[in-house]
Amino acid sequence: MFKPGKKIEFKSAKEIPLTPMSLGDMTHNYTGSWRNLRPEIDYDRCIDCMICWKFCPEPAIFIENDRPKIDYYFCKGCGICVQECPVKCIAFEEEGK
Amino acid sequence: MTEKKKRKISLSIPAEEIMRPGNLACQGCGASLAMRYALKALGRNVIFDIPACCWSVIDGPFPYSSIGVPLLHMAFETAASTASGIRAATKVLGKEDTTVVAWAGDGGTFDIGFQALSGAAERNEDIIYVCYDNEAYMNTGIQRSGATPYGAWTTTTPVKHYKKLPKKDIIEIMAAHRIPYVANVNIAYPEDFIRKFKKAASIKGTKFIHVFSPCPPGWKMKPDDTIKVAKLAVQTRVFPLIEIEHGIKYTLNVKVNKPKPVFEYLKLQGRFKHLTEKEVQRIQEDVDAYWDYIMKKVEFSKEYAG
Amino acid sequence: MKKVLMGNHAISYGATLSRVQVIAAYPITPQTQVVELLSEIVANGELDAEFIKVESEHSAMAACIGASAAGARAFTATSSQGLLLMHEVLHWASRARLPIVMANINRAISPGWTIWTDQNDSLSQRDTGWMQIYTADNQEVLDSIIIGYKVAEKVSIPLMIVLDAFVLSHTYEPVDVPDQEKIDKFLPPYKPKIKLDPEDPHAFGGLTAPNIYMEFQYNHQQAMMEAKKIINEVGKEYGDITGRYYQNLSPYKVDDAEYVVITTGTISKTTNIVVDKLRDSGVKIGNLRIRTLRPFPSEEIYEQLKGKKKVFVIDRNISFGNTGIFFQEVKASLYNTDIRVPIFGFVTGLGGRDVTPELIEEIVNIGIKNEKPEEEVIWMGVKK
Ligand SMILES: Cc1ncc(C[n+]2csc(CCOP(=O)(O)OP(=O)(O)O)c2C)c(N)n1
Ligand code: SF4
Ligand code: SF4
Ligand SMILES: [Mg+2]
Repeated sequence: MFKPGKKIEFKSAKEIPLTPMSLGDMTHNYTGSWRNLRPEIDYDRCIDCMICWKFCPEPAIFIENDRPKIDYYFCKGCGICVQECPVKCIAFEEEGK
Repeated sequence: MTEKKKRKISLSIPAEEIMRPGNLACQGCGASLAMRYALKALGRNVIFDIPACCWSVIDGPFPYSSIGVPLLHMAFETAASTASGIRAATKVLGKEDTTVVAWAGDGGTFDIGFQALSGAAERNEDIIYVCYDNEAYMNTGIQRSGATPYGAWTTTTPVKHYKKLPKKDIIEIMAAHRIPYVANVNIAYPEDFIRKFKKAASIKGTKFIHVFSPCPPGWKMKPDDTIKVAKLAVQTRVFPLIEIEHGIKYTLNVKVNKPKPVFEYLKLQGRFKHLTEKEVQRIQEDVDAYWDYIMKKVEFSKEYAG
Repeated sequence: MKKVLMGNHAISYGATLSRVQVIAAYPITPQTQVVELLSEIVANGELDAEFIKVESEHSAMAACIGASAAGARAFTATSSQGLLLMHEVLHWASRARLPIVMANINRAISPGWTIWTDQNDSLSQRDTGWMQIYTADNQEVLDSIIIGYKVAEKVSIPLMIVLDAFVLSHTYEPVDVPDQEKIDKFLPPYKPKIKLDPEDPHAFGGLTAPNIYMEFQYNHQQAMMEAKKIINEVGKEYGDITGRYYQNLSPYKVDDAEYVVITTGTISKTTNIVVDKLRDSGVKIGNLRIRTLRPFPSEEIYEQLKGKKKVFVIDRNISFGNTGIFFQEVKASLYNTDIRVPIFGFVTGLGGRDVTPELIEEIVNIGIKNEKPEEEVIWMGVKK
């Protein structure tokens, strides 16, 4: 899982670097809020093929104890994992249900 | 949750994630998945430059970046020339082992950046030039490019005047520069994708990689269809996966013995919705003819090499 | 070591002595000898540099940006149409705060096709955020390249050395080529604090929102203003080791003058001759050569012009619909001061037309005779 990062803010021209350059990554930006549908893995049926992990663009699926795990902070709810799972064990549930 | 399995999983692509989430790619963006794979293949000893394209936005605004490796954002038409400069610097500074990657969209490659690309290829600059091809100018809102295929809708080729010109054959154009390595890859074939990037990194000189990169909003398709559409592009022979070495040795990487009809590929994308049966038939014929042409080159390469 | 050099070769030697590491350039008359000699120097192994023979000037500057961002000292040279083609990436270089140094040989702009000198090419790049130094002889060309790197690297702003086509680029003059050792001491290797580095990865130049974009522009401007001082300081430091001192302004007999001609480039050399002649006949006149256009040395110009009776600005350029550009710059910089003397603006020498001592004398006479300029732009030497 990715450690959510911090927002970086500047109060004045004195604090900014010479030129616009990165000082951190985008993990303060919880793209999970973009999601309407929420993929849920049914671990009883999951065969650990890692195809969902392979095709998640973000990446928002990580591997924990040899099993795929969805990082809901960042999963954008694109549904690729749902569609590509060969045993159809990832359900797409409406958010907030 | 079930109990922890004893059997260790085996992964077909590298486990390490260099790219970070939280990036600004749309849901199901093929270009974003392409970057994730490319970084897995290339590792961290790389320097990227990215001209104006969706990836200038995806990476994140100042002061953030999602790719975890050094990156120079640059003007739209300069991917190849900037990479040439970076490569020259790494040479004089004794960092020749660093891989230099130009990462551009189809607009930045087929159109506005083509002169710089052709120049860099002619000089055989030691860079990997990657074109992620989403077949239009997506950053500016889906305008047609030289990579937009026959029949497609874009905002500048509206339904009444959909594009009636073919897509430039970019890998043939690049092969004609006789550079050591030209390949195309597809995000639905990650193993082939990563193998080709690793191979490119091991070769000196100019390497050109053309990435098939679906774009759900630009192609008017469901984001969960990204992999399905990408796979169909191969299975229908729309996008034959090949490698071309030194401009003459052609290898087919994924065989397609029983091709699906091109309509299967087109029908998932709203940008082709307006096409008549006759037009679909025409596209099918073009695809068949191109496949035969490429297969002849593959066959010829076998004879030639043997 | 004394050598007899054409201006273009003075550029090449200046770059070589600066130990540039990446050169990316594209040929254009009247710049070709710069790249030809540099190619030879690199091929002979006299300079440890990569020479990228790009396919255009746009790519030349883009390659310099890539090289400089990756930590190398980068150099290019061009002229006229080539400089205009670079326009977009000139902005990019300065806003990326990369200390690239380039030489631009002032050639007029087409159509009609022309290869002869005037300043409209470099002046149309005035607002690209680069420093610009206008030179008057081949010695100054060579020295300014070396000084240019030191200044550029101190303030993190690229710098353009400008010289007249043919009058300097192709004219041979004796030039002292300093010892490499001396220059190595003066100009240490380029060591940027931040660069493209896999061991310390950063992205440069990403999307910058309205809440912070302006602060970068403010800092760029602050650095430019600081550069006014730095150019003079580094110029003095260079003088202390070579005996040749370069400052933002180069005044000639201005101290006790009543009338001051303001010039740039080689016209100033001709003007000095006219100043001497007129002084012999009792006219108290001086010549103020402006070397630095950006940053514009307003305060120094004020100091030089304080107490003078009249000022005559000679421009080898024209901003269509207004006046000569140095004329505008000088006038604007004095507006909020107590200097309230007539300033005359003359445009001449476009497209390589000769600017003779006689013409300059005529300019001075018009200025002295008339109480005020009758026209905003006084065209000289044109067949109206
Ligand atoms: C010189 C110049 N012209 C136009 C633009 C505007 N522009 C920015 S990105 C872009 C389209 C990029 O298309 P492509 O290369 O296919 O990348 P994509 O956005 O599709 O990922 C355009 C037209 C620009 N930035 N610079
Ligand atoms: S829905 Fe999309 S973003 Fe979310 S875990 Fe699945 S593939 Fe990743
Ligand atoms: S518009 Fe298309 S290519 Fe661009 S980020 Fe969105 S999905 Fe990706
Ligand atoms: Mg595109």
